[in-house]
Amino acid sequence: MDDTRTLRFFNRGPSPVARLVFFSVLSLLLLFVDSRFQYLESARKVLAVMIYPFQRLTALPGEALGSVAVYFETQETLLTENAQLRQQHDADAAQLSQLQAILAENAQLRVLMDLKGRVDYPMQMAEIVYVERDIFKRKLLVNKGSQANVMPGQVVVDDFGVVGQVTRTYPWLSEVTLVTDKDHSVPIQNQRSGLRAVVFGSGDINEMALRYMPVSADIVEGDVLVTSGIDGTYPPNLPVAKVTRVERDPAYPFARITCEPLAGVDRHRALMIVSGLPELPERPEAAVEPTAEQERAKKRFKRRKP
Amino acid sequence: MSNGYAKDQEFLLPANTGFIVFSLFVAVMLNWLPWHGWALALRPDFVALVLLYWCTHKPHRIGIGIAWLVGIFADVADASLFGQHALAYTVLAFGGIVLHRRVQMFDLRQQSLHVFPLLLLSYGAYAAVHWQVRGFVAWEYFLGAVTSALLWTPMTLLLQALRRPRRDPNEL
Repeated sequence: MDDTRTLRFFNRGPSPVARLVFFSVLSLLLLFVDSRFQYLESARKVLAVMIYPFQRLTALPGEALGSVAVYFETQETLLTENAQLRQQHDADAAQLSQLQAILAENAQLRVLMDLKGRVDYPMQMAEIVYVERDIFKRKLLVNKGSQANVMPGQVVVDDFGVVGQVTRTYPWLSEVTLVTDKDHSVPIQNQRSGLRAVVFGSGDINEMALRYMPVSADIVEGDVLVTSGIDGTYPPNLPVAKVTRVERDPAYPFARITCEPLAGVDRHRALMIVSGLPELPERPEAAVEPTAEQERAKKRFKRRKP
Repeated sequence: MSNGYAKDQEFLLPANTGFIVFSLFVAVMLNWLPWHGWALALRPDFVALVLLYWCTHKPHRIGIGIAWLVGIFADVADASLFGQHALAYTVLAFGGIVLHRRVQMFDLRQQSLHVFPLLLLSYGAYAAVHWQVRGFVAWEYFLGAVTSALLWTPMTLLLQALRRPRRDPNEL
């Protein structure tokens, strides 16, 4: 009888709605697989190698501007900088000779006390290739990858302190998550009082938060927080952050403590990747607690159930 | 108009495949420039704009499939989850194709008002995925949709000008 289907004179393949459904489902499937499993990492690596030359190309204008700026730096600034550096060098040399004496003494004491000596961590230099273009994340990419034996989990520092941690490696690049990333946390120790805590990123470039500290905690403004080395991921005694504000409001169970990262992520191009970590004995199996990620997944699962 | 295309016939301008690919390539390169801080928040999504332009002007040439593929490459470059940009661009391309006849009826300023909700939808898809996986949304991200919509007019003018056939200099 009467046919209500639309007549199609030109066959153009499936309708837009069919295509939308197909590609959306495909995207959602990929999203699910990528967020829960590790299967797609190799595919990502292949694609990353393919687009690498183009990414280098986009970094070129910035690099060219930088070198032009260096070229036109006046002699005067160079001279003052040179004088400053000389002065710094003298001061450092004096301190270094003291340090050497202390190091020797410390080694001797450690032998006497039968403790494992502190290791010097092998480091390799890496340069920032570009910063992440995703507003949700605080990440950057450096020019050493799995070809240079960089592994995920290694710590990245600059001359002031901890910058972040390698989270993903490509053949010639590796991705560094900054300590200020919202999902990142560092176990620390207060250098002044020895108090241990965990410092969390805030997602803001120059802010970190020290959460879950009781109102009575021994922390004052200006305290320097260094890595405690307790988890075995970070080497001990690397500076991480400086406390900038402490708010103790008795209405809340925890003090509100804001810190500022010491490492200058936006100041330098060169960073150091710490490649050796102290060997810690295996953690006892029974004491393994669910990680935050699993906990969250569990909670979400619970919420979904009616 | 002297070159034979009246104002309301701009949609009939020819477009060769090389030019489409080139414009997408330039847009991708612009997106990959090292933006950061506030510049990143305010950066218009050039790829989304160019995709939307071709989806509304040549819906039979550039479709949802190509938008999805471009999205996958954007995901690798931005180290976001596989499918995050792809989903956003798929939604955007669908909107562009469905509305392409309606968009053609308006002038450029009114077109940007039509384009803005589409871009907002695409930005929303990206942010929704992020919220579901990581649990938070950076609201300044949506500023990009506004600047993208503002860029619609100049970008359309530029692409139209590049597509218009040049007059033969030997012609009388």
